[in-house]
Amino acid sequence: MRHHLSHLDQLEAEAIYIIREVAAECEKPVMLYSIGKDSSVMLHLAMKAFYPEKPPFPFLHVNTTWKFKEMIDFRDRKAKELGIEMIEHINQEGVEQGINPFDHGSAYTDIMKTQSLKQALDQYEFTAAFGGGRRDEEKSRAKERVFSFRNKNHAWDPKNQKPEMWKLYNTRINKGESMRVFPLSNWTEKDIWQYIKRENIDIVPLYFAKERPVVERDGNIVMVDDDRLKLEPGEEIKHKKVRFRTLGCYPLTGGVESEAETLDEIIDETLGAVSSERTSRVIDQEAAGSMERRKREGYF
Amino acid sequence: MKGLLKFITCGSVDDGKSTLIGHMLYDAKLLFADQEKALELDSKVGSRGGEIDYSLLLDGLMAEREQGITIDVAYRYFTTDNRSFIVADTPGHEEYTRNMAVGASFADLAVILVDATKGVITQTKRHARICALMGIKHVVLAVNKMDLIGFDQKRFEEIKNDFLQMTYGFNLESVQVIPVSATEGDNITKNSENTLWYDGKALLPYLEDIEVEEDVDQEEFVMPVQRVSRPNHTFRGFQGQVEAGHIKVGDELITLPSQEKANVKSILVTDHEVSEAGAGQPVTVQLDREVDVSRGCVITTSENIQVTDMFTATILWMDDTELVEGRNYLVKVGTKLLPGTVMSIKNKIDINTGKEVPADKIFKNELVECDISLSENMVFDKFENNEALGGLILVDRVTNMTSACGVIKHELRRSTNVVWQDTDVTREVRAQQKGQKPLTLWFTGLSGSGKSTLANEVEKRLVATGHHTMLLDGDNVRHGLNKNLGFKEQDRVENIRRIAEVGKLMNDAGLIALTSFISPYDSDRQNAREIIGDSYIEIFVSTPLEVCEERDVKGLYKKARAGEIPNFTGISSPYEKPENPEIEIDTSKYSLEEATDYVVKEIMKYLD
Repeated sequence: MRHHLSHLDQLEAEAIYIIREVAAECEKPVMLYSIGKDSSVMLHLAMKAFYPEKPPFPFLHVNTTWKFKEMIDFRDRKAKELGIEMIEHINQEGVEQGINPFDHGSAYTDIMKTQSLKQALDQYEFTAAFGGGRRDEEKSRAKERVFSFRNKNHAWDPKNQKPEMWKLYNTRINKGESMRVFPLSNWTEKDIWQYIKRENIDIVPLYFAKERPVVERDGNIVMVDDDRLKLEPGEEIKHKKVRFRTLGCYPLTGGVESEAETLDEIIDETLGAVSSERTSRVIDQEAAGSMERRKREGYF
Repeated sequence: MKGLLKFITCGSVDDGKSTLIGHMLYDAKLLFADQEKALELDSKVGSRGGEIDYSLLLDGLMAEREQGITIDVAYRYFTTDNRSFIVADTPGHEEYTRNMAVGASFADLAVILVDATKGVITQTKRHARICALMGIKHVVLAVNKMDLIGFDQKRFEEIKNDFLQMTYGFNLESVQVIPVSATEGDNITKNSENTLWYDGKALLPYLEDIEVEEDVDQEEFVMPVQRVSRPNHTFRGFQGQVEAGHIKVGDELITLPSQEKANVKSILVTDHEVSEAGAGQPVTVQLDREVDVSRGCVITTSENIQVTDMFTATILWMDDTELVEGRNYLVKVGTKLLPGTVMSIKNKIDINTGKEVPADKIFKNELVECDISLSENMVFDKFENNEALGGLILVDRVTNMTSACGVIKHELRRSTNVVWQDTDVTREVRAQQKGQKPLTLWFTGLSGSGKSTLANEVEKRLVATGHHTMLLDGDNVRHGLNKNLGFKEQDRVENIRRIAEVGKLMNDAGLIALTSFISPYDSDRQNAREIIGDSYIEIFVSTPLEVCEERDVKGLYKKARAGEIPNFTGISSPYEKPENPEIEIDTSKYSLEEATDYVVKEIMKYLD
């Protein structure tokens, strides 16, 4: 234990160690970039890990075409500012078939996210992909290794994970297999926010409360980001001061009514939170174990 | 506020680990409302009736819920007013011991549970032993299900004593034994009314207070190199995490295994330039000169970090297939990954007793002591000195499974012709350690021929050139080892036999022995040659009798001529000249320096 290192210093050191190990040992790594706050922290850590070098791997954004506009603007601005390689992947088959979150439900998530991610990883032959997943997010994630093995079909076998001892990560894979690597495994939502504040990390403005056009649907507050969102009978667009605790596809990401306009206010709200963050993801409420099922099938 | 505490819960299945942590989080109001709701919901459909089943909070995998057991480690994060915690809840089934070890390698403290109705059982011992192996120094024994034995203090004390006896010798810094009930909540977050006889803290307050930090700041600086950063021609930085000690700009470092010295030119902690850095920090270090350093090398200020291609380790075998002697694996220590072979399985460690027992075959979840030989040199330290350079994993080269984890006990050196099925440290190993070929340089010749003077000079030369030697002088040995022997023929035979045996022992120890005895009988010298074997080098100091008698350094010839010394070689007892000595020198023809030059030159032929 290093008594002079703060809790955040320890988490930062651990994440940087992991990121450097991947760069040193894995053949063709990529960092998944979802534009959310966890991705922003992970990108920031990658920039720090290799300084004065740039990160020696590209970044990949799997675009479902249903992301908030502000997210895409932010992504393009950051990539340019930092001088990093940003790959965008869209499942064109899905687009051609008109797959959308309103008509296709969980099939949409599978086709535009899970399948799309697999397509991208196969196409570029990436052997290791960093993800911003944290163990405090969900029960099955709480059991996942930092270096998480995927077979040729990108599937995770939770009953047969390889032991992971100390910092001696086993990065060995055979051809066609790959790794998912989670440098933020041991961070909590609170750690993420405190680190964003400490490091002054740029995040998408959607995290801050602002008056936005929304509709209420199935108990969730959904933002009307463009005219593809069709109002159902009885629904009306309201302007409410909301913010988002997680970012994803706008029709699937519930906002929360909030007055938190600054990082400090967000942190206060988070520390006093009575609801863990994934409840604002609509798809999670289906059934206990839904996340594990999706992960086994290759969802990140 | 105290620093982060990483701890694990372990113990046998159904001892109530998940329930304990679940209850702790629930009572300490550390759950989010929706998790609490989900917990109550899950409990209703679960198999344990309508009561809240706290273990459902942690048993996250579907298979675990179905079987009601914990397969893999679950990590939980919580913060009280006093401390932040990461708890790894580990599986109790023997089948999943390797997952328990994963948790143990991560933690600073272990909460080991026992069922009060069962006491300390094999699985308790297995887990305690693995915790100790993985370097955990602080242990809490939670004696659970106290409610089922009516909070019986006597039974509690028995279990406590069993555990303390078992862990004696584990090198633990603290052990606390607490009576609890995970389902009822006794002594979890506050002291229970049911155990007024218990005067220690309840579990959570104990965990909030305990000090587990080790002061690694005072140690020598150690940094295994993760990667070399070369963004341009002017910058070459070594990136890694400082594992111990600290450095400042200007400090002199040693690179390993290349053993070069260089000074620190600049230090970056992440993207900040700093003048010094310490343990735990991610750094990029530039040195003031070109050195041969790449990933897997170590930069350090320590003189004690070792470089070897063979070591002895205690490992936990984690693969479903058996451990086979002579199989090749990839060995990872620090940031170095190398092919290596498990050369010999020395023994396995009995989980119950901790005793070493002979082992033919090693199966999953067994603790084994073995020798591992590497394809090239690797930088390491004993695990007890430095976890980062003393922990290892073995990776199967075909399946890529992490087949074993372990800790390095000590190094071994390889010899060119050692048969390693023989597990003993051999004569060759010791010789290799000294970097020389052991010889017995047997100086023979008349009294006064100059044997001792010459042997003395030769030894000085050998030592000066880095050899390890031992001079056995006739007169000196007679004062100690052979003081019960006289000068009759049978005593002289025994005298020489003993000297030869001692020479052989010296050779076995890797030393070059020099013996200086008259040893007049051919049969005795033959005997010595047989005892000592190939290492025997006979040096006949052939100075003529007249010269010896004229020198008469000790006045012995005079006494012998006067009949005062019976059986004096050359006078009243024969000297049988060696027929084919390896080296012959007549000191009457050369100066001491010339004679020494000649003999050393001849010896070198046998040393190469």
